[in-house]
Amino acid sequence: MDLTSQILQYVLSGITVGAIYAIIALGFSLIYNAVEIVNLAQGEFVMLGAMLAVYVLQAAGVPLFAAVLIAIVVVGGVGALLGLAAIHRLKKSSPLSLIIITIGASIFFKGVAMHLWGKDALPLPAFSSGDAIEVHGAVLVPQSLWIFGITALMLLGVYIFYERTSFGKAMRAVAVNKHGARLVGINVNRMVVWAFAISAALGAVGGIIVAPVTLASYDMGTMLGLKGFCAAILGGLGSGGGAIAGGLILGILENLGAGLISSAYKDAIAFVVMLLILFVRPSGLFGGRSADGR
Amino acid sequence: MLRVRSLTTHYGGIQALKGVSLHVDTGEIVALVGANGAGKTTILNTICGMVPASSGEVLFDGKPVTNAAPDRLVRMGLSQVPEGRQVFAPMTVLDNLKLGAYARPRAEKKREMKSDLEFIYETFPILKERSKQHAGTLSGGEQQMLAIGRALMSKPKMLLLDEPSVGLAPLVVKEIFRVISRFRDLGTTVLLVEQNARASLGIADRGYVLETGKILLEDAASELLINKEVQRAYLGKGYRHVWE
Repeated sequence: MDLTSQILQYVLSGITVGAIYAIIALGFSLIYNAVEIVNLAQGEFVMLGAMLAVYVLQAAGVPLFAAVLIAIVVVGGVGALLGLAAIHRLKKSSPLSLIIITIGASIFFKGVAMHLWGKDALPLPAFSSGDAIEVHGAVLVPQSLWIFGITALMLLGVYIFYERTSFGKAMRAVAVNKHGARLVGINVNRMVVWAFAISAALGAVGGIIVAPVTLASYDMGTMLGLKGFCAAILGGLGSGGGAIAGGLILGILENLGAGLISSAYKDAIAFVVMLLILFVRPSGLFGGRSADGR
Repeated sequence: MLRVRSLTTHYGGIQALKGVSLHVDTGEIVALVGANGAGKTTILNTICGMVPASSGEVLFDGKPVTNAAPDRLVRMGLSQVPEGRQVFAPMTVLDNLKLGAYARPRAEKKREMKSDLEFIYETFPILKERSKQHAGTLSGGEQQMLAIGRALMSKPKMLLLDEPSVGLAPLVVKEIFRVISRFRDLGTTVLLVEQNARASLGIADRGYVLETGKILLEDAASELLINKEVQRAYLGKGYRHVWE
């Protein structure tokens, strides 16, 4: 393999994993917009999605897509419960204690998953069979195409939700100005619960589409969650476009670094990038406030 | 339409309202005037359920609504135009107006959204020109018009207006008060909270004077305007009216 096809390979793998980071980062942004806290249990939603899909598939013997759907809905429900807990504490707690609650929730989810499904990594079948595709010497597994496609679909869905539906606009209104949102008759608490449910479901989708490539295990969420958080910071916490760009940039940088320098530094690269951004441009690449107040 | 009985409110240990009673009849414009810190905004926020009442009672349309959630009040027909306007800055003027109708039943929205928007644009033509712009790019006066328009989109029976004139140019203030005075013809009841006592009493039917959390005076607006005490304390007697 010559250098160009090597770099192409890294970029393609980078986009694959970056797409997952982007979905997770979008989940962080959704909740951050609604309640201005960082939900550190976001990574566990990813894990729960993957593990539940595997479990439902094996235990219930339903087709793959049904298992996937059930997993997404259940994780969405779990997210809604966490959201309920959060708004219950919202009035009397500082953001910091809420963030600690989400850390507690993440440890809890991880523990429950370990007890229920054990410590072994479990396989989820790929969504379609077929041989790897060769592009100019680089190789792409079919599941990568699923990851690209579904991620793009999710992002488009979130965009349409926020820009075109009145429910989505109301959620944006809550993010932009809670006081104003209450005054036009929006039930802010309900919106917060929905934000948690949607971002949990998004996380679950991320976990499910990556599971055929990386396997599903009880501890997969921690690192994915942290990387997604880095991506959200890189792009600008709270910005949808930033989450996507941050995820892709992070995924590509990570794979280039791992391939060209040393794979030992793979995880370090993400955190170095995050630290650099926090020093140089704390609002993130796309999180700058402009004239319209964003 | 609205009746408030011996309302008290605390912020921590500080008593902001010390037993306020007032009422607004259907179709009336009532002005609530008083100096900074008298508790004007606190009254509105307590009525709207934004600030919890410690004791006392709020009745809207004959039903008890003390400490009701704000979204429930909007559904019942009580809308507030808040101090500082609270428009959704990064969203378009049109989206802001549409969100104003958020609490209304879906079928009704579908049927009446267009004509309601037409009505808002007729009232404030500048909003039509700016409908695609982000609300945050509007001037203060335009944002105030947008905040009023947004509240009107909920088709309220009654509108609570908090300091609509604050920080605006005299000509804009005049325009906004002209629109508020027209609500009487539309059958929308108004409770107007203002530091600009002269302008608000000028369009109101009745007025209340609030001082340090208590109602000091209640009378017809025309009487309050010539009341010596009110003139001395709130109208700046001896100064010419700003747009005369």
